[in-house]
Amino acid sequence: MEWVNAVVQGILLGGLYALFATGLSLVFGVMRLVNLAHGDLSILAAFLLVAIVDATGLDPWIGLALVVPALFVIGYVLQYGLLNRTLAGGELAPLLVTFGLSIILQNVLLEVFTADSRGLDAGSIETSSIRISDQISIGWFPLVTFIVSIVLLSVLQLALSRTRTGRALRATADDPRTAQLQGIDNRRIYALAMGIALATVALAGVFLGMRTTFGPAIGPARLIFAFEAVIIGGLGSLWGTLVGGIVLGVAQTVGAQISPGWGVLTGHLVFLAVLATRPTGLFSRQVRQ
Amino acid sequence: MEKQTGGGDRYDALVERITRRNFIKIAGAAGLVAGLAPVLAACGGGEEAAPETTAPATETVATTTPATTGGGATGRPLKIGYVTPQTGALAGFGEADTFVLAEMEKRFADGLDVGGTTHPVEIVARDSESDPNRAAEVAGSLVLDDGVDLVLVEGTPETTNPVSDTCEANGVPCISSVAPWQPWFFGRNGDPAAGFQWTYHFFWGLEDIIAVFLSMWSQVETNKMVGAIWPNDGDGNAWGDPELGFPKPLTEAGYTITDPGRYPNLTDDFSAQISEFKSKGVEIVTGVPIPPDWTTFWTQAAQQGFKPKIASIGKALLFPASVEALGELGDGMSTEVWWSPTHPFTSSLTGQSAGDLAAAYTTATQRQWTQPIGFAHALFEVGADALSRSADVDDKAAIAAAIAATSLDTVVGNITWEGGPVPNVAKTKLVGGQWSPGTDFPYDLVIVENAALPDVPTGGTLRPIPGS
Repeated sequence: MEWVNAVVQGILLGGLYALFATGLSLVFGVMRLVNLAHGDLSILAAFLLVAIVDATGLDPWIGLALVVPALFVIGYVLQYGLLNRTLAGGELAPLLVTFGLSIILQNVLLEVFTADSRGLDAGSIETSSIRISDQISIGWFPLVTFIVSIVLLSVLQLALSRTRTGRALRATADDPRTAQLQGIDNRRIYALAMGIALATVALAGVFLGMRTTFGPAIGPARLIFAFEAVIIGGLGSLWGTLVGGIVLGVAQTVGAQISPGWGVLTGHLVFLAVLATRPTGLFSRQVRQ
Repeated sequence: MEKQTGGGDRYDALVERITRRNFIKIAGAAGLVAGLAPVLAACGGGEEAAPETTAPATETVATTTPATTGGGATGRPLKIGYVTPQTGALAGFGEADTFVLAEMEKRFADGLDVGGTTHPVEIVARDSESDPNRAAEVAGSLVLDDGVDLVLVEGTPETTNPVSDTCEANGVPCISSVAPWQPWFFGRNGDPAAGFQWTYHFFWGLEDIIAVFLSMWSQVETNKMVGAIWPNDGDGNAWGDPELGFPKPLTEAGYTITDPGRYPNLTDDFSAQISEFKSKGVEIVTGVPIPPDWTTFWTQAAQQGFKPKIASIGKALLFPASVEALGELGDGMSTEVWWSPTHPFTSSLTGQSAGDLAAAYTTATQRQWTQPIGFAHALFEVGADALSRSADVDDKAAIAAAIAATSLDTVVGNITWEGGPVPNVAKTKLVGGQWSPGTDFPYDLVIVENAALPDVPTGGTLRPIPGS
């Protein structure tokens, strides 16, 4: 029964990883940009919510409605004002800029919020759970995280396939020049993609902040799992990102059941195995060369 | 190649041109940049005039000049190097620095009297960025570029050890603190027969924290089943060491330890440990996790219906903010206490009592007192005392000899290197405390165990964790 519980907890953990991975996958898909500040931006979102809660006494769940649009705006401005200029400079330029951004964010957060561990109080949902048997309990909060990630991916999927903007996004990703000829402004499409990505990152950061505590320096550690979930699931597949997150989560919890030292390591090993056998990921049908 | 036009469950069109090679190239460059980070930082730090590249403006150079000297000659400025983690994961240990440095600036405004000569004092503060390599590097620059007379360092073995090693290798006197003495001494391959020539350390050791925890646990009726949360890092391995760590003395005291094994820091799931603790009927949890891991563990424990009576945790629960971040779950956690406002000691530099010092900190920063305040202050007490007693400030060996001969009543108690467990180690006393709902701040650290230092008043005995 312990093993069943490990798998259940791993699946739920996968929901959190998928939340982190979605934005990374989207940004890389649309503009081939690896955002090294991804993790730090999620922590920025969590700190923003802390500041809002401290200043207004608002419930964090309600504050979420302010932070997600705020991060969307930050993403839009960031891409339009800064990152678009770096895209012409080859693959290394945006990488270096986002790396610098990561360092700046960490230090600004440290200056403003100090090095204290902070947490977001989600209320009694944090510790309540559904008791299935003596060995298996499903925490309400991980369950909510998982459901939110599924809803988020469904909405994104629908938006990408059904809306005019979604078509423009896909067209730009497909062939930026031809898309431009059709009257699509690439710079705005890129800014929009980054805005959406950071809105999802805000969700991820806030859920992380409710699940555990965070400090200004913790961002980069979140980036690795997001990367791994994206690669395991397959670049370009939104549902693959969810599966990637779940595979990673289950690998970690089942590995930890064998021995605690094996938890994170098993996740890395599964990631390497996928990279070696199915380099395009589990859910990417075509192999393009 | 067929292009997908419909919706379906994928947006493959997005990644039309992402080939594996393409991605690996970018991801590889990402790794390269990440790997370059310390090098980039090093380049900036190496230049004399350049400010720290990755650190905020926390570097302070405070020079004081004697205002009016009531007789006596004026000597050359004395330079004291000060290394702490002001940024990064360990920054909580350096949080009191700004306050302590400002206090010292005031105190040394009139210079320091050494054998009738008044010397201006210059404190050169450097940030270790929570990185051992960076710590060694700034120590090297203090010794070689700034030519400091004395180095003070504090804040976990990751900071104290590389700085102490650099000082030992370069023949510069160094006083360190805020790291248990075993990782400081044995972690640097110290030989108990020979000791070190230039480096001195004062703090408590694992034997003290074990004694404090055992004494706290005896105050509550339990089944003596202990679950251990020891991460795979310097502290976790020291605590979990079968011979030198917790297992042996705990077993001798009649406790049964469940040790699932070392786990990596920043683990997101502890269900394996929790189910093992549940099946063994564990009622006491102890360990030395980092704050986010402890929150993850403790929240998940509540979800999984695991409610121990006692949780005695080092490191994660040292700072009030970490306990506050737990919300209501923070009530009843216990931890070791190295220093508190109720410790019956006064500063040899300013005459402030421990309580005065903590109050001054709260007044200056609007923040609750934290344990590193006392030790950061005491480091300067011991350093200033050694410098003022040294026979010749231009002779480093004379300064080191003065440190070795220290017997000083500081705000953290008497410091003397006579009769330490190993050479170069002076021990301070340790008591135990429990976080309880507070008056001015959300949680107060209430002293519940004072066997080693009965002069520290207790505010009650250990309560079982509410709801257990």
